[in-house]
Amino acid sequence: MKIFIPTPLRAYVDKQDAVQVNAQTVGQALDALTVQHPDLKKHLYSDEGKLRAFVNVYLNDEDVRYLPEKEATTVTEADSLSIIPSIAGGWD
Amino acid sequence: MLKLSESVYNALREHGEETYPHECCGVLLGCSHDGVNEVEDAVRAGNTRTDSAHNRYHIAPQELVKIQRQARERGLDIVGFYHSHPDHPAQWSKTDFAEAHWLGCSYVITAVEKGVAQQTNSFLLTGTTEEDKSFEDETIQVEELVAGRC
Repeated sequence: MKIFIPTPLRAYVDKQDAVQVNAQTVGQALDALTVQHPDLKKHLYSDEGKLRAFVNVYLNDEDVRYLPEKEATTVTEADSLSIIPSIAGGWD
Repeated sequence: MLKLSESVYNALREHGEETYPHECCGVLLGCSHDGVNEVEDAVRAGNTRTDSAHNRYHIAPQELVKIQRQARERGLDIVGFYHSHPDHPAQWSKTDFAEAHWLGCSYVITAVEKGVAQQTNSFLLTGTTEEDKSFEDETIQVEELVAGRC
């Protein structure tokens, strides 16, 4: 399956906009991504090994956090994952 | 440096006037090369912070996923974001900084005073990690860009 990489993180995946991985679940796909590109890990995960709060992972159009099985959700070759850092702010 | 066409520049400022007294927000699509973020298009996004839209903005990640997909189909990347500060200066705030995570991207802010767009500034989010990031003032160059340069 393909994992789409946002512009700020492409420096850690040889400037690719997408990385191809073999995986049966969302979690396996993310693991495969960071095994292929270890420098990416600290940008996605906290020191405790949890996905950073501002990093969103979408399976197709669904937020993985809200899927019943979360990272254990099964995937097929036709699915794609998108990594999307959050965007927010305001004057106050 | 941030390069954009006059039509894109005007469009993001007009967006801030339309949503006044609430903050507007959107995404800048284009390409980056040699330290320049070149914008081909600005895409409007909804502000999900309806609870406090006068001083906060947030773009739903699902909308970002769609915008990123559409950009990819056009051969473009997300190179920045814009929002407005109703009745406040076009300077980044503590909240803007805390919530900025797209390193290398431009964050454009337009001050909108009593419904009329005033100053527009851009800030480049620099650094290599969340821990060493910082905002740097960025020059905005408004010029007629040739479509398809990216």
